[in-house]
Amino acid sequence: MRLEWANLLAFFAMGVATYATRLGGLWLVAALRPSRTVKAALDAVPVAVLTAVIAPEIVKGGPPDLIAAALTLLAAFRLPLLAAVALGVAAAVALRAVMA
Amino acid sequence: MSLPPDDEAPAHSSALAEFRAGVLTVLPVEIATVPFALLLGALAAQKGLSPLEVAAMSGIVFAGSSQFVALGLWQDPAPWALLAATAFTVNLRHVMMGASISRHLGRFGPVTKPVAMFFLADEIWAFAEKRALAAPLTPAYWAGLAGVFYLNWIAWTAVGAGLGAILTEPERYGFDFVFSAVFIGLIAGFWRGSRSAVVIAASAGMALLVERLAGGVWHIVAGGTAGAMVAAVLASLGGEAGDEA
Repeated sequence: MRLEWANLLAFFAMGVATYATRLGGLWLVAALRPSRTVKAALDAVPVAVLTAVIAPEIVKGGPPDLIAAALTLLAAFRLPLLAAVALGVAAAVALRAVMA
Repeated sequence: MSLPPDDEAPAHSSALAEFRAGVLTVLPVEIATVPFALLLGALAAQKGLSPLEVAAMSGIVFAGSSQFVALGLWQDPAPWALLAATAFTVNLRHVMMGASISRHLGRFGPVTKPVAMFFLADEIWAFAEKRALAAPLTPAYWAGLAGVFYLNWIAWTAVGAGLGAILTEPERYGFDFVFSAVFIGLIAGFWRGSRSAVVIAASAGMALLVERLAGGVWHIVAGGTAGAMVAAVLASLGGEAGDEA
């Protein structure tokens, strides 16, 4: 099967660039010697980044996705993760079908 | 069977249990990834890449969104500098993720740490952060999260390149919402009262604004930074109260 050198070079270039971003956070924290304020910022990173990833997609999905997202969040406070996800996806599929 | 009973090899069996827990935790998300892997492979085949090349790309880069963006820019010959620069910007969010998870890598050695970081993908990172709330994060758990997920991604993207376009709209079947729903569920797990609501509002607001103004990929880093900075401001305003919550 075909494996061109030019393509392989491009994959490695992308891979090195990506790996640099993966190591960058470790270097950053090692260099910063986090203060209490920095620690508070880092503690908020999971919620902040997860929110930033999904917010535009959910808004793009319109009312069905917004309602399904709200239902998922409510469910997630009461149910195990997997059950909340199943409920949320079922709601999204149903609402998209009904409201489209 | 010549396997030793569990109590004769406690260290080994607990590493195995950690590994298995990681595998099982990520399994549902892994299944939801398959349609997107097939789609990525099909797009790559349209650009003239062979299944072997797609497998190489997935194994070397292992970052779905940047692979999709790269295929949008793909030409023959491959513009490698542009592709690398684009991958870097798309994946800048890893810097924030790595900074946050680095504080939970106490059980990772000087070699294990950089090896583990190669597998820092959104889903693996998010589940690792969740694990760190409840128990010390171990290399075995990380390997469980990352190992099968990694092989799954390579295999299904290659299969997609071989099959071509059999599944063109994963969102029609709700597969796209699986990722949103998992991330929402994890956010609930990280919840720390009204403080979290403020972080979410800042992050979502900034992400939506930047996405509208700039498009592309900057909204994740912008939103994540806004949320983290708001948390830092709240902590410095709140004084000692910032430690509880």
